[in-house]
Parts: sequence; C-alpha cells; structure tokens
Amino acid sequence: MNPPRLIPFEPSQPRNDISPSPLSVRGLTVAYDDKPAVWNLDYDAPDRRLIAIIGPNGAGKSTMIKAILGLVPSLAGHVRIFGTTLRQARRRIAYIPQRTSVDWDFPASAEDVVAMGLYGKIGWFRPVRRRHRALAREHLERVGMEDFAGRQIGRLSGGQQQRVFLARALAQKADLYLMDEPFAGVDAATERAIVNVMREVRTAGSTVLCVHHDLRTVGDYFDHALVLNIRKITDGTVDEVLTGDILQRAYGGRLAETEIHAIAHTT
Amino acid sequence: MMASEFLSIDLPAILVAVLSATSCGLLGNFLVLRRQALIGDAIAHVALPGIVAGFLIAGTIATIPLMIGAMAAAIIAAGLIEIIRQAGRLESGAAMGVVFTTMFAIGIVLLEQTDASNAHIDAEHALYGNLESTLWLGVTNWNDVLSREALSKLPRQLVTLAGVTAAIAILITAFFKELKVSTFDPGLAASLGLPVKTISTALIVVVALAAVAAFEAVGSILVIAMFICPAATARMLTDNLARQLWLSVVVATIAGIGGYGLAAFGPQLWGDSHSLSAGGMIAVVAGLLQTVAMVAAPRYGIFCRARRRRAG
Repeated sequence: MNPPRLIPFEPSQPRNDISPSPLSVRGLTVAYDDKPAVWNLDYDAPDRRLIAIIGPNGAGKSTMIKAILGLVPSLAGHVRIFGTTLRQARRRIAYIPQRTSVDWDFPASAEDVVAMGLYGKIGWFRPVRRRHRALAREHLERVGMEDFAGRQIGRLSGGQQQRVFLARALAQKADLYLMDEPFAGVDAATERAIVNVMREVRTAGSTVLCVHHDLRTVGDYFDHALVLNIRKITDGTVDEVLTGDILQRAYGGRLAETEIHAIAHTT
Repeated sequence: MMASEFLSIDLPAILVAVLSATSCGLLGNFLVLRRQALIGDAIAHVALPGIVAGFLIAGTIATIPLMIGAMAAAIIAAGLIEIIRQAGRLESGAAMGVVFTTMFAIGIVLLEQTDASNAHIDAEHALYGNLESTLWLGVTNWNDVLSREALSKLPRQLVTLAGVTAAIAILITAFFKELKVSTFDPGLAASLGLPVKTISTALIVVVALAAVAAFEAVGSILVIAMFICPAATARMLTDNLARQLWLSVVVATIAGIGGYGLAAFGPQLWGDSHSLSAGGMIAVVAGLLQTVAMVAAPRYGIFCRARRRRAG
C-alpha cells in the first residue's frame, strides 16, 4: 500500500507568461583535487515546486548547490537562474547553508542573524535600522521563534538554530530557495515548521530546492526529486523517482532491499 | 612630577600605547571571530625583515617605506608557505611555522649586521618596543598643548598611529555589516553577492598596516597581545558584536594607560628608581584584564558557569 500522498500543488491562477525555469543547469562539472564531485549535470527545475535533491553521502548534493551559487568553482558548465545569470538573479535567491557550517558562538542574537538576510536590500554603507529589526522579528514569528529574538544564537537548540536560518531565508523574499539539509538533526516541531514554510513559499509562487537525506519523508514533503550520485541518475515527480530500480541505481548496496521496498512507491 | 616632563615624555608615550592597542584591538575582534588570531602574530613576525629592508633602502624610518617592506615580506611569506607545503609535503601549519620563524630570524640578523642599530631601530626595540623614546619636545605646559607650534612638533609615530586608528575605525564603521556577515557566514555573504575573498584580503592588509604602525610602539612580540587580549576580553562581556568592538577599545585604553603607568611610575612606589619595559607592562595588563574577565565575567566567567551548573 502506498502512504497517503501530498497532492502536488497547482497554481490557482494559470500563468500566461512563459517564464524560464527557476534553475537551468547544463554540463555542470565540479571536482575537488582531481576527484569529480559533480559530473556533467544537466537539470531544469520545474517552476513553483518543492524539489528534493537526494542521493548517497558524497553524491555531490551540497556541492551542486554551492557550484550553482558560485561558492565553489566549477570546471565546466553553465547555470541560468530565471533565464539570467547568477549575478542578475542574486536578489531572487535565498541560500540556507548547512547549520554546522557556521560558528554559533558568534556574538549575535537570533534577530541579528535574521537581519543578515536583509543586508542585500539594505545595501553598502547603510546601517541596520529599527524597521529592519522589526521585519526580522516578523520573520522569526513565522517560524515560531519570536520569543527568542534577543537570545544569543549559541544558546538555541539545533532545531531553533535551523529555524533562525529559515527565517533569515524568508527575510530575503526570494523566488528560488536553495536549502542544504535543513532537516538534519532537528526536532519534530522544527521539521513541521520547515515543511509549513516550504508550502507557504510555494503557494506564494516560489521554488524550493532542498538537499534531503531522509528518503522516508521525501514523498510526503516534496513534489519533485533530483536523484544524484556524482552524475544525475534521474529527476521527476516523487512518484516517478521513488522506484526500487532508481533507488538501487543511486544508492547501490547502501540501502537494504527491505528499506528500498519500504520507501519505493512502485517496485 | 613636572608638567613639562609629563607632557613631553609620558603623554605622547601613553597616547601611542593607547592608539596601538586600540587599532590592533579593534581588528583583533574580527581575527578572533574568524579563528585567525595567529595571523596578527604571523604578520608581526614576517614583517620584521621587510621593515628592516624598507628602512635600509629608504634610509629613514618613515612609515611608507616600512609599510611597503612589510607588505612585500608578507607576500613573499605567502609564496614560500605554498612552495614549502607542496615541495616539502608539509601541512600548512608546519609550513607557516617554518616560514614565520625563519623570516623573523632573518630580520633579527639583518638588524644586527647593519647600521640600522644606530638609528632607533635595533633588535631589542624591534622585540620589546620603543615607547619610552617617543618624545614631544617643546611642550612645557598644558595651555600650549593645542597650539599650532606644539601640534607641529607631535612625534611622527603618534601622528601615524592616530591616522591608522582613525582609518581603521572608519573602515569598520563603513563596512560593519559586510564584515559581520562574511565573518559569521561566508556562504550566505557570497550568495548575497559580497566579495568575501576581497573582504578577507582587505582585513589582512589592514591588520598588516596596524601591526607595522604598532610595531615601533609595543614591539613585534607584543603586537600579538594587542590583537588578541582586548577582543577576547570583550567577547567574555557581551553577546553583541558592536558592543564587543566598543568594549575592546575600552580594554585597549585601560591596558595602554595602566601598562604605561605601572611601568613608568610603579617602581617609584616601592622606592626603586628603575622603570620597567612599558611594552611588556601593557601586555601584562592586557593579559590580567583577560584573566579577570575569564574568571568573573557575568555570563561566561568561570564563577558564573560553575554556579549555573550547580543550579541546573
């Protein structure tokens, strides 16, 4: 029996404009010290969908996101975001790095960190003003963190820290969200908050690409999936992608037969 | 004590001490938060042969040739580290250790082998600083302090340090957001389109500027204390970056005034006519302040954490 499925979102208003894909990647290749991390990746992200990037450890999922954002150099390939270059599209993108990539002992409050999401809009040489702080608190409220606005970020739980990052991404009011494992090591309340926020931004017309590890929840949380193992294995709706055959190809022996049966919708 | 003696000997030395501690201390906040605290130390070491070479070539101890020499030395050091890392198959920490100590040693040897020792740049001062010889001549009483004549005779070190400190304060104020976000989360900063690498490089260049400007006052070895102690002390006292910057200035000022005061006047209190090394005392006071903060700070001090553990 298949688990209950989330009905893929359909925009209530038909869109007349033929807008380019939020993210279009051609021939993207990244290597670390001569070892390929992402190999010749072609991908077009569907508009206004929640997309999971799945694959085994070391499959290049985080690297792909970083290469799209120009955070790591790519050897080959090009990336278009909403049909334009990264530089032109920067204000339309929000990035959530892995929570463990920053130093949470930093002297900043939750509100300070969320306000960082506004730095692009505030611009050079201008200070963070009272109205920016108010805006930051509004976004903290959306993730249920309004009571922790003034708390130093190191004294938040892992899940709360993740929600601060989520609020910061929301403050960027982006059209494309790139999230690197937001569900890693978070509590149930945070997991629900992340899912709700992803659905909210999808309703508002945004697209989310999210590196995701828990294959059990892919079908419940996401509309589409990109299956990666250095090369692209496949992409499509979660129903198309979550098959025993594809999971076997992506994960090889790393998933037990019984697990594949539990996750896959068709065998 | 005579007013004229205080004005011509002690006041300029105190101002130089406070300004070097402030300029290095302000930048130290970012170095410590970026876990690059030892870069200040490394630059102070690596810069020495460059400073000496700059002095030898230019024949004066004007700031600009010394600065150019220090920068050239820093670039050579960066190149050498990379070569040793690859050719010697060493990890970068080991490669840095080799390069920094070797270049510092070359600087000392250069100093001792040349006429440089005749001017007031010699090995001892390069190591321990030269605060006591900062003189403001021709000022005899407080009423003259702001006269045009007196100001024109201000010691060159003091003018240079005032300029460097002002420049650092302006840069940190102007680029506060950018420094903050690129220090905390370089990934986000880069995704916002900020030139993260340029910001890091610029920070190191300004650190080198401060290290060279402070070098004469507190000496090469003690520059590191100025980079780390004020920032580390301030970090114990607040969770707000802007407040931390202000507190580090306060700590640097107390260390500068207190250290010089103890060195110059302390021995007289117990009847000894010798004075102590001012650079040394400043670093001692900075270290003491940090110790007090570590023990007694409201939230992060050892006492409070122990009390919280007992309570929780």
